[in-house]
Amino acid sequence: MTYIAKPKFHHPGLKKNALGYTHRDYEGKISTLCAGCGHDSITASIIEACYGLSIEPHRVAKISGIGCSSKTPDYFLGNSHGFNSVHGRMPSVLTGANLANRDLIYLGVSGDGDSASIGFGQFAHSIRRGVNMTYIVENNGVYGLTKGQFSATADRGSKSKKGVTNTDNAIDLVAIALQLGATFVARSFSGDKTQLVPLIAAAIRHKGASFIDVISPCIAFNNHAGSTKSFDYVREHNDAVNRLDVLVGRDPIAVDYAPGTVQVVEQHDGSKIALRKIDADYDPHDRLGAQTFLARHAAKGQIVTGLLYVDPEADDLHEHLNTVETPLNALEADTLCPGSAVLDKINASLR
Amino acid sequence: MSDKKPLSSVNDFVVRFANVNGSGSASANEMFARAILRHGVPVSPRNIFPSNIQGLPTWYEVRVTEDGHLGARGGVDMMVAMNPQTWDKDVAGIEPGGYLFYDSTKPMPSTKFRDDITVIGVPLTAITNSTYTDPRQRQLFKNIIYLGALSALLDMDPKVIEQLIGEQYKGKEKLLSSNVHALHLGRDWALQNLKCPIGLRVKKSDKVGDRIFIEGNSAAALGAVYGGATVCAWYPITPSSSVAEAFTAHCKKYRHDPETGKAKYAIVQGEDELASIGIVIGASWNGARAFTATSGPGISLMTEFIGLSYFAEIPAVIMNIQRAGPSTGMPTRTQQCDIIACAYASHGDTKHVLLFPEDPAEAFEFAAAAFDLAERLQTTIFLMLDLDIGMNHRLCRPLKWDDARQYDRGKVMTTEMLEEGRDFGRYLDVDGDGIPYRTYPGTHPTKGSYFTRGTSRDRYARYSEEGSVYADNMQRLVRKFETAQDLVPRPLQANAERPTKYGVIYFGSTSPAMDEAIGLLEARGHQLDRLRIRAFPFHSSVASFLAEHDFVYVVEQNRDSQLRQLIVNENGIDPVRLVPIVHYDGTPITARFIAKAIGDHQDHLKVTPLRKAVS
Ligand SMILES: Cc1ncc(C[n+]2csc(CCOP(=O)(O)OP(=O)(O)O)c2C)c(N)n1
Ligand code: SF4
Repeated sequence: MTYIAKPKFHHPGLKKNALGYTHRDYEGKISTLCAGCGHDSITASIIEACYGLSIEPHRVAKISGIGCSSKTPDYFLGNSHGFNSVHGRMPSVLTGANLANRDLIYLGVSGDGDSASIGFGQFAHSIRRGVNMTYIVENNGVYGLTKGQFSATADRGSKSKKGVTNTDNAIDLVAIALQLGATFVARSFSGDKTQLVPLIAAAIRHKGASFIDVISPCIAFNNHAGSTKSFDYVREHNDAVNRLDVLVGRDPIAVDYAPGTVQVVEQHDGSKIALRKIDADYDPHDRLGAQTFLARHAAKGQIVTGLLYVDPEADDLHEHLNTVETPLNALEADTLCPGSAVLDKINASLR
Repeated sequence: MSDKKPLSSVNDFVVRFANVNGSGSASANEMFARAILRHGVPVSPRNIFPSNIQGLPTWYEVRVTEDGHLGARGGVDMMVAMNPQTWDKDVAGIEPGGYLFYDSTKPMPSTKFRDDITVIGVPLTAITNSTYTDPRQRQLFKNIIYLGALSALLDMDPKVIEQLIGEQYKGKEKLLSSNVHALHLGRDWALQNLKCPIGLRVKKSDKVGDRIFIEGNSAAALGAVYGGATVCAWYPITPSSSVAEAFTAHCKKYRHDPETGKAKYAIVQGEDELASIGIVIGASWNGARAFTATSGPGISLMTEFIGLSYFAEIPAVIMNIQRAGPSTGMPTRTQQCDIIACAYASHGDTKHVLLFPEDPAEAFEFAAAAFDLAERLQTTIFLMLDLDIGMNHRLCRPLKWDDARQYDRGKVMTTEMLEEGRDFGRYLDVDGDGIPYRTYPGTHPTKGSYFTRGTSRDRYARYSEEGSVYADNMQRLVRKFETAQDLVPRPLQANAERPTKYGVIYFGSTSPAMDEAIGLLEARGHQLDRLRIRAFPFHSSVASFLAEHDFVYVVEQNRDSQLRQLIVNENGIDPVRLVPIVHYDGTPITARFIAKAIGDHQDHLKVTPLRKAVS
């Protein structure tokens, strides 16, 4: 099996973004996932978000673990470096990459098996360290690539395709991310691009650990009656707290929302998130409130989506470590090596 | 009353301190070793500590060695027995004619002593208690008091110790003077009440030269600083933790931007070894020099990632400070037991580069070189230390650095090269050495990006499960490993005075004991050529050495003679010609052990000792 590369031909009439890139410049190889897989919709949303933000594709490093979801970085941003690492270990590889060069944009893509089971620890620790990244979990409640076993995000009582009932409790990655101090936390649904695209865009512009849990039904193994991660189930139980727009640079703030239902959040880099509130009481700056809100709705069987928490003043691991502005991978011997004179002094102190 | 003549020796004896962990003895004991060093006499100290924190036994051994033998000798000439719990074993360990130094405040029944040793009692507790009231002071100063008494017994110059105390408590006048006072309390008591000096003596000499006294882990960490490591990710494990701790300390001193105060490094204590190596691989993939330090159990956890580093060709440096395994084994005891585990770490067909420094000076050099090698070869490089050199001070030549040295960043295709239209295939063997070009993420808007994966792919990094494509890649990796042979430190050979059919191969921390054992074997009439292996893959001179000798002893500190296995495996040699000499009880190998094991084997082979043949 070899991947099919997309033809390079660009239609001259394609729309261009602020940098002169077309939509095609953000695409990758043709997906080898099952037709209708939720992951492909997420890929499309990532492409859309990066195009919309006018990101230079090669300034993105896309890192994943192992699984159907982790394959997706090959299907977007064909001109950026990708890294399909080992199962569950995307967060550490991303952390290292980020430490080496703070100037790139880091996109971490993972699955629920990848992040909630084998990589649960790495997920938690990358979040708690505040690595500047956009961490997307493509959450289908099953192991897709290994053909349909329950994952740790499968709800208790939900049924597998073979009719087996899951008796274990589910891990809610959003709840954990909130608890661990992620400074941007959202949940969305692969079938809701209107909500998902701006969420990804806002997460990319956010400085700090951004986490998005995207419910992404697995057509092959988890889209039947009895699954709580099927398209139908999520559509029926989705309760969105807000919808948003991301405004970069000097874009005027859209005014077509009813006053009082729009809240503008300005991030560190000057980008603005305009939140169209659906739940009028919902405050995305209240970490504790978000936690209880989530728990209350989960008890009612509702899947809360939208931007659940954001700290616009967040900092990141580089600030915690007080590292120099120059990327560490650009430092050479002349600045890194203390030299022989210092070594002579060290020698003298060791006698 | 002694029925054996008391030992008598100048600048050549072993003193062992038996203490209770947490009693603050470490600094007094270390000062003892340093004081002898300042007399111009080489020392080789060793910490012998069980895996616990407080209350249990700990020993510190100082080999005083005018001849500069830095391996462990075995045997104890003077025991400073400060731990009642280990008393019987400590007393039993003294060489006949040796000395027992103890706190005589409480009388001991005569059955607790031996007839063939000299017992020296100093009422340490009584002296301490009559001088100090504070319990912590009593505990700490008791150690300085015995140091003072020992200085008199061994004929040491008190000024030298005073100077050391002065350096230690520079700017803390009160502590300085109280320590000097305690030193003299002990010294004066000994001079007034005991026959000083005893048979063991320290005499000023000039055998230390410009050598330095440093722990292997600290030297390796300094090597990482000089070698340009900017990212360190680690997880605490004995005996490797002090590498990361020393790296942190060195970086704080030498790696802050003087103008902004910002750090030119990033150190992360990972949540485990999986994360640590993951961070190293991510950072190296992105063009930074990164390393981790660990020990055997950590290596086990890292193996999947090590396979990725090998197959996806990402640089990584792992410092493995070996301890006795497997599993948790003896966490605070030394061995050289991860040779096979590291050489072939991970699933599938893998081979990794191993470096074996013999002392801190080489630990420094090899650590710095490891980063060049990792980037040149785009693979994992293991720096193989062990507890014996890692956590003990060793006398070694001064560390050296050539200021003209530039880092070898390996084959990295730059924006300019891509602009020139150079063909970039991530896994293309352009130069025939098996080493492909890589690009750093973010290099060029349209050229040179590729997808890194552990799954099979073709020369242009395109996913492929084609059998021939996979095999082609695996063959190139073999070629790359062959290239590595000439890049790693070569073995060092030293021939016997006369031509001989027998050779010995050894490596790493075994080195000083081996050097000394050669002398002992020569005295027994056995001549052996020596080859010290400094790296894997083995240089072709290893095969020549094997070919030139009928029998070659392989001396190592593990049960299964792992280096021998590796040599047999990689050279296709008849295993019978490689004789394993193994030592694996967790203590450092000694010259006595090696000389006996090889000597006995030579006798068994009926090798006529040359001396006899001549006479
Ligand atoms: C160490 C290791 N264990 C097991 C596997 C097998 N494996 C591959 S993908 C996968 C699960 C993928 O599930 P998920 O992350 O949910 O992704 P999905 O395929 O559902 O998108 C597993 C268990 C592996 N590759 N490595
Ligand atoms: S198995 Fe499921 S997760 Fe994998 S590609 Fe198919 S639909 Fe998507």
